[in-house]
Amino acid sequence: MEPILNVAHLSVTFSRYGRGFSRTKLSAIEDLSLTVDPGQVAAVVGSSGSGKSLLAHAIFHILPPNSRVEGTLLYDGAPLTAHRAAEPRGRELVLIPQGVTYLDPMMKVGPQVCRGRRDPAVRARCREVLKRYGLGPDVEDLYPFQLSGGMARRVLIACAVMERPRLIVADEPTPGLDARTAQRVVGHFRELADRGAGVLLITHDLPLALSVADKIVVMHAGQTVDEISADQLQSGYGPSHPYTRALWRAMPQNGFAPPSGDLEEWLT
Amino acid sequence: MGHRLRFTARKLARMVLLLLGVSLTAFLLMNASPLDPLQTNVGQAALGAMSPEQIARLEEYWGVNTPAAERYLRWLGDALRGDFGISLLYRQPVLEVIGQRLSNSLWLMASAWVLSGALGLALGVLAGTRRGRWPDRLVRGYCLVISSTPSFWLALLLLMVFSVWLGILPIGLAVPIGAEHAGVTLLQRLRHAILPALTLSVTGVANIALHTREKTADVMERDYILFARARGETAIVRRHVLRNVALPALTLQFASIGEIAGGSVLVEQVFSYPGLGQAAVSAGLGSDMPLLLGITVVTAAMVFGGNLAADLLYGVIDPRIRRGAAGT
Repeated sequence: MEPILNVAHLSVTFSRYGRGFSRTKLSAIEDLSLTVDPGQVAAVVGSSGSGKSLLAHAIFHILPPNSRVEGTLLYDGAPLTAHRAAEPRGRELVLIPQGVTYLDPMMKVGPQVCRGRRDPAVRARCREVLKRYGLGPDVEDLYPFQLSGGMARRVLIACAVMERPRLIVADEPTPGLDARTAQRVVGHFRELADRGAGVLLITHDLPLALSVADKIVVMHAGQTVDEISADQLQSGYGPSHPYTRALWRAMPQNGFAPPSGDLEEWLT
Repeated sequence: MGHRLRFTARKLARMVLLLLGVSLTAFLLMNASPLDPLQTNVGQAALGAMSPEQIARLEEYWGVNTPAAERYLRWLGDALRGDFGISLLYRQPVLEVIGQRLSNSLWLMASAWVLSGALGLALGVLAGTRRGRWPDRLVRGYCLVISSTPSFWLALLLLMVFSVWLGILPIGLAVPIGAEHAGVTLLQRLRHAILPALTLSVTGVANIALHTREKTADVMERDYILFARARGETAIVRRHVLRNVALPALTLQFASIGEIAGGSVLVEQVFSYPGLGQAAVSAGLGSDMPLLLGITVVTAAMVFGGNLAADLLYGVIDPRIRRGAAGT
């Protein structure tokens, strides 16, 4: 099957002005490759600062103007240029951001989910989508500051599925949620994938990623260090890369082991 | 509703304290002024020709020999009863003078207030949404030039261009020279107010535009703008930026009342426009204590009222305050 998203050797660099007129380049993503198939949940796992969120921003062309993207980004088989991204963005190509700060604090939930469209069909669809995620019609009338963390996440998911998404990029959708709520949130992603969408789940939480993902892509310092199927990782076949191994061992159920010497060596 | 009433009551109590402080400060400053009221208002030559009895009567009229504390307390006691005294220069009740002057100044200030607010908001949002690009540089350049230009100098410049060279606008005053009071038309009044109002607006714009630009740039960096872009929204400025800039802009707009009132003092002086600002200058230079204190108190109350209005409107507009206070 043709992957819905194909990222090959992606790099993102920032240029900034240093002292005087000198320009310094800061490399945030160096060499990132991954694919997402329709119906698949691919999890990108890595520590903070590994460039995970920038991957999402690069897909949506919302990186700051001083950034530069190189490499290949294919959406549905064709290059995802800024021009070409404009059309599916918000419809079949959707972003689920981290939390409540991505909602306009001065606007009620309803209009935000509807993206400002007021025709009855859209309003009805909004109500239906909110209901699917356990949110009553009264939520439409609330402002973001009145939502709990879990409600805000569900509202953001509702925003994403207003139309028929083909690729869903979820950028750290669970921090600040308790384990059960986080599990429910990622469970929604599994459902969406089962209905045929490709899901790119960006997280630092390996156990959570393992619970829903088909495939784990491990990122470190802007590079893909490992791509492994969730089954393979869980079956004890053993992660191939030392960094993945260290992440795996650091999980509470796997011994909670701190990184050992070989990792330190590898990192430097 | 209860919380808002309590809030207003607390603010009003603070206003009374503020007005007390402001009037006392104005009084002390005036008292410390080296100007001798007799010499200023009667003139050295005339004073020399007067008999000691006449001088003594004048000294009594200007209150030269009354102790400062007694003069202030007497003024305060009268003012609390609503009597702001008689203006020594105009020989009319202070409130009457202020009323006349204020009616001249008010629409000067009001038009400058509305114009600078609307223009400042538009320019600020324009610059803030295009930060670093040429519209931003243009707006910022204009604002920096204007804010570093003294307003009286700008007033003189406009006067030269429009009244002297082009000759299309009157050179000063609020009505044509020598015109009968009853025969003055609204159009004539308007023509006389254009230049002072323009000067005040042009200078007021800079401050509001620069602050709005900051706020807009700040909003543009927020996560929800990023999300709106990721969702392919088109009317981001109208839907999200203006909505979130509105509250700080409102505060700015009401806070600018003070600056406009302050600016009007200089501008009215340049255009010989008989407004409150000009009266304040003549009261200050002519040792007209009752009038100066009256103007100070009225102006301070206006500025305070503006800020109070902003605070109350905030509670009405901002859902976080409105719903938060109501307890949802």
